[in-house]
Amino acid sequence: MNIANSKYEEALARYTQKIAEASTEEMVLNMGPQHPSTHGVLRLELITDGEIVKEVIPHIGYLHRCFEKHAESLTYQQTIPFTDRMDYLASMNNSHVWVMGVEKMLGIDKDIPKRVEYIRVLVCELNRIASHLIAIGTYGIDIGAFTPFLWCFRDREHIMGMLEWASGSRMLYNYIWVGGLFYDLPVGFEERCSEFVNYFKPKMDELNGLLTNNQIFIQRTANVGVLPLDVAINYGCSGPMLRGSGLKWDLRRIDGYSVYPEIEFEVPIGKGEMGTVGDCWDRYKVRIDEIEQSLYIIEQCLDRLQKELKRTPDFDPRAKLPKKLTPKPQDYYVRGEGAKGELGFYFVHQKKKEFDKEGKERYLDTEIPYRVKSRGPSFCNLSVLPAISKGVMIADLIAIIGSIDFVLGEVDR
Amino acid sequence: MSLEEIKTILIHKFGEGIVIGEEPEGLQPALLIDSDRIVEVCRELKDNPETYFDFLSCLSGVDYGTDENRFGVVYHLSSIPYQKQLTLKISKVNGRDLEELPSFPSISSVYQAADWHEREAYDMLGIYFEGHPDLRRLLLPDDWDGFPLRKDYTTTDKYYKGIKID
Repeated sequence: MNIANSKYEEALARYTQKIAEASTEEMVLNMGPQHPSTHGVLRLELITDGEIVKEVIPHIGYLHRCFEKHAESLTYQQTIPFTDRMDYLASMNNSHVWVMGVEKMLGIDKDIPKRVEYIRVLVCELNRIASHLIAIGTYGIDIGAFTPFLWCFRDREHIMGMLEWASGSRMLYNYIWVGGLFYDLPVGFEERCSEFVNYFKPKMDELNGLLTNNQIFIQRTANVGVLPLDVAINYGCSGPMLRGSGLKWDLRRIDGYSVYPEIEFEVPIGKGEMGTVGDCWDRYKVRIDEIEQSLYIIEQCLDRLQKELKRTPDFDPRAKLPKKLTPKPQDYYVRGEGAKGELGFYFVHQKKKEFDKEGKERYLDTEIPYRVKSRGPSFCNLSVLPAISKGVMIADLIAIIGSIDFVLGEVDR
Repeated sequence: MSLEEIKTILIHKFGEGIVIGEEPEGLQPALLIDSDRIVEVCRELKDNPETYFDFLSCLSGVDYGTDENRFGVVYHLSSIPYQKQLTLKISKVNGRDLEELPSFPSISSVYQAADWHEREAYDMLGIYFEGHPDLRRLLLPDDWDGFPLRKDYTTTDKYYKGIKID
């Protein structure tokens, strides 16, 4: 940057100085951006002393796609596909939170038909399972176990197939719309979904036998990367990270949005069964338990979708779609429980200023937000990494990274 | 704990001038705070046993447009013990000269979560945070020109460091 005011360049100069000094005494090791264990394009600069990591400096932004800038020039409905690309492993959860926020600003959040809400919860929970399966599978690979990865991807493929059947796309769905859904569920979806639940339950037991209770796996993860609860809260960690540290904090329960208050489920937390509360194994176990709870939620949704909220020929999921998507000028922060934690969007909506033919200024309703800030859960979860990986071995750092389970699409946005 | 009670706590502790306004309307009422004393306010709200706003959900920098030349920061706090949310806003009028960035105190000494959020706000909107330990650009390259989320931002040319971009 060609700026004369050196105050704004101070931090950069300090950082350059630190790296230059470290190179003489210790070793600076670049991990990424193409390292397979970083789950995307994350670059970590490690200052190491032999095998011991003295400091971790994360560099992010390799996958920055200007989400917030795009959102300032597109209407609320047009931005939904962009939210899908934030956490691309759990697209449904992203668009659900976005849509909830817009509906709340429009004041139509109470008019959404029950069937639509149940379908939203159903697909979100399916997507949450898919996301956790990737987290577990790739975590296995990080630690050196190859088979769980194949098993997880095999089972995830069924979910991808079902969601493709409903929305037409495998990963980036654009299925949940403001005020409704793209389409109703296809005929026979509920039956196939319950078939999947019955097929998948014993598979989880197999996975537990192979990985969760595997002695090698426990030795690599227990007591590694312990994240104390106060640190987790101070760094803004959420989702399985925070619950792994032993706090029952799930926005589906706390805020009780959508139809979650009508559904029974437990909030699993880390108990330190294999080591200390908040270690890598606890975070892993929370995800395993959450899959179980998600299956339970799906069963309840399916039950209701097949009985009192049964498909009727005249049911139109687009019936409540607002003709004009123009909220009143206001600002609103919406939050919801994504697969990785608290996903938030902060909307600032203002009227658009225009000049008419005579040059007079006038303020018009607009469908475009003035400013959108997205708070990705992975963003905050990743920021705790330098704090919990001081003085660990490089191999343990890989275990810690895997247990955080971030998606760079959401960190960089 | 209502907004009025939080306001009373803050005024009792810091005097009348601390809360310079409020936005009671809307879905999420907000308190407008004296921007120089936001750090003390956050520390008080975090440590006071009646409030315990210990979780920083979100920190957003906002450019309120080229007419006003007003820049602001919006804090979304949430209290885990009381399950409450609170919005704090600070803002100030500042020119758009890149040599004189709008400057606010950094709250990263109270909430570590603010560290990366403030770096992002600096990166995208050119808001300087006084007292931040490591205020480098976060998402964009270190040598990027300008601040993309400002309302007057335009891409300067079709060259990046002398290399033509098609």
